[in-house]
Amino acid sequence: MISNYIVIPGLTYGSQLALGALGITIVYSVLRFSNFAHGEFMSFGAMSSILLCWLFISLEINLYPLPTAILVLPIAIIFTIFYCLIVDKLIFKFYRQQNSKSVINLIVSIGVMFFTGGLIRFIVGPGDKNFFDGERFVFKAKTFKNFTGLNEGLTLKTTQGITILITVLLVILLFWFLNKTKTGKSMRAYSDNKDLALLSGINPEKVVLITWVITGTLACVAGTLYGLDKSYKPFTYLHLVLPIFSAAIVGGVGNPVGAIIGGFVIAFSELIITFAYKKIFFYFLPSFMVPEGLLQILSTDYKIAISFIILVLVLLIKPTGIYKGKVI
Amino acid sequence: MTNLSRIKILYIMMAITLFAVGIIQSWNVALTIFNLCLISSIMSLGINIQWGNAGIVNFGVMGFAALGGLANIIISMPPTQNAWDTGGFSIIIGLGIFILSIFLSIIIFKKSQFNKKIKYMVSFLIIISGYFFMRLLVDVPIEKIEAIEPAKTGYLGGFNLPVLISWPVGGLLAAFSAYIIGKISLGLRSDYLAIATLGISEIIIYILKNEDWLSRGVKNVNGLPRPVPYEIELQSKEWILQTSKILDIPIPELSSIIVKLSYSIWFCLVLLIVLYLLEIAVKSPWGRMMRAIRDNEVSANAMGKNIKRRHLQVFIIGSAIIGIAGAMLTTLDGQFTPVSYQPLRYTFLIWIMVIVGGSGNNFGSIIGGFLIWFFWVQAEPLGLWFISQITSHISDANVVKTHLLENAAHIRLMFMGLILLLTLRFAPKGLIPEVKR
Repeated sequence: MISNYIVIPGLTYGSQLALGALGITIVYSVLRFSNFAHGEFMSFGAMSSILLCWLFISLEINLYPLPTAILVLPIAIIFTIFYCLIVDKLIFKFYRQQNSKSVINLIVSIGVMFFTGGLIRFIVGPGDKNFFDGERFVFKAKTFKNFTGLNEGLTLKTTQGITILITVLLVILLFWFLNKTKTGKSMRAYSDNKDLALLSGINPEKVVLITWVITGTLACVAGTLYGLDKSYKPFTYLHLVLPIFSAAIVGGVGNPVGAIIGGFVIAFSELIITFAYKKIFFYFLPSFMVPEGLLQILSTDYKIAISFIILVLVLLIKPTGIYKGKVI
Repeated sequence: MTNLSRIKILYIMMAITLFAVGIIQSWNVALTIFNLCLISSIMSLGINIQWGNAGIVNFGVMGFAALGGLANIIISMPPTQNAWDTGGFSIIIGLGIFILSIFLSIIIFKKSQFNKKIKYMVSFLIIISGYFFMRLLVDVPIEKIEAIEPAKTGYLGGFNLPVLISWPVGGLLAAFSAYIIGKISLGLRSDYLAIATLGISEIIIYILKNEDWLSRGVKNVNGLPRPVPYEIELQSKEWILQTSKILDIPIPELSSIIVKLSYSIWFCLVLLIVLYLLEIAVKSPWGRMMRAIRDNEVSANAMGKNIKRRHLQVFIIGSAIIGIAGAMLTTLDGQFTPVSYQPLRYTFLIWIMVIVGGSGNNFGSIIGGFLIWFFWVQAEPLGLWFISQITSHISDANVVKTHLLENAAHIRLMFMGLILLLTLRFAPKGLIPEVKR
């Protein structure tokens, strides 16, 4: 029961948020600014997947039980990385060379956000797109009941399974890269102390390039997975950037572990606080003691507001976040 | 070019453009744009005093504007007597208890001598119990109130006072919430502050959307009273009939033009007052101190200025101005629609106005407000025209062409992003730069 309504959706939504927050955190720790355009980068990634999906479906290439989106994901990632690099070359590079304040960079990223948002709506239009195909469920409630003999079913949608799996893979890969390879180490050195890293011969342009490659990958995967799980609508991505920021800050900006933890904290608290506890009481208490009403702590309408409430609480109590930020 | 001549040229050009719209499209359209331009330039004045003069990043514009709109309801709508009888007071008592519990926990947290963990536990427990106690008191009356004629009222209503009072009250509401928000978040670094204000304004809008007893939520409040006469009343007046004969304009159009003009007069009045006060403030020693804090916090602190206090002060002043503008906006619309406050989009529109106009210069913010709002409204037809010009040699049956024409309206988001990026790159000081004093 609880696992059906809280654990699995929480894990899915949490992984999507965590991937997004990782992207923001990495840009923050290396390039030193809060990237408001990240939500639109995610949207761009999802859009490229959708366009490629349509192409592949029309060519009748697919991976049946899995959705076609998985097949086209690598190509979409390359598109997104290219877009990020172009944006960096045309826009962010100038301010980096000028050593502008981070606030200026933030406002610039808002300009990028507007432009990208307009571009995406211009290409695919503002409407709802559903690009999921393939098998809907890994296992359904009924089969699970028969299989385990429990009297409450457990369902796992394919999208949820894929989301969790890909996130785990990607996070392992990322941490291996940051901690074990030479390039990853040079990135960490650069984010720790820029001048010292430059003195010891690290090429700053290469670090920036790698940063955008990672950011583009994360953004594209997160965007596509979110689009697969819910459905793709450019407008929702504009709003997704706020919970992602809360996740990054709650975990501690600049800390990848923190970003992941933050994502899950936000996702689970959203679900736990708006969960209707009536059904649980129904199991534990005799029927005459079950109270009326749904017994929510806050009504479901406030789902998104919860991430900001948590954000405000964290900023009040511990502004550095759960894990101390600023170290990659 | 000196600043003064820039101001003159830009203002005259803007006036000519608006007149051109009046002649080409219609005077009604031109006046609608003009009124909204006035409101957006008041909002950008509010941001300008915060960002241009004190360096505070406030992304909470829409939250404060929505609070200003709420003031309209509280002041000018007639009270719903039934609702007050069934439980208006218990809601207020419940809210009072919750607020009291928050204050109590803050006092305990600050004054008591326990170690940190116990402090957190105690204040957390007090707030939580206060919250559930409030829910106990409030839940039933809210349901009852929302059940009273949900199609028409279903909320507490207001005080039935003239709507003009709601403008200063909107400012006060915004100022009060700015005090709380500032206390929470002004100690943070600039990007944290930006995100925190954005988040808090989103919370405010969520509350207004969902608390039906207060603002009818997504059901909107329609038919707010006006500070100007209605078109229908005007149409029966003798002098209108005569002027319409002299000017050769149909009566309905003339009456709506007169209504819009009288709105414009009110808004101009507010704009001039706000501008006058801000100009005095910026030129005074207070303004100098603000700029000193903006340019170098450490040395200003060393000179004995209380930076946190000054920041809080300017944050409250700017937010109050935005609140007033928000109240005016709702009065102009004649209805309160919480859904229309989209924090991400419109907040940044105001920011673009300030940056394009020239941060730190009040006249710049006003012209920025006019220009950007004008573009925002006119970009849609402009984009459509642009696309149809480009694609004119392609046949009408082409899929690409129809797709482009369909989505041309969204080109304005691209426009706005482009304008912001180009300004920041090539003219970071804006159209009318800050005066060197």
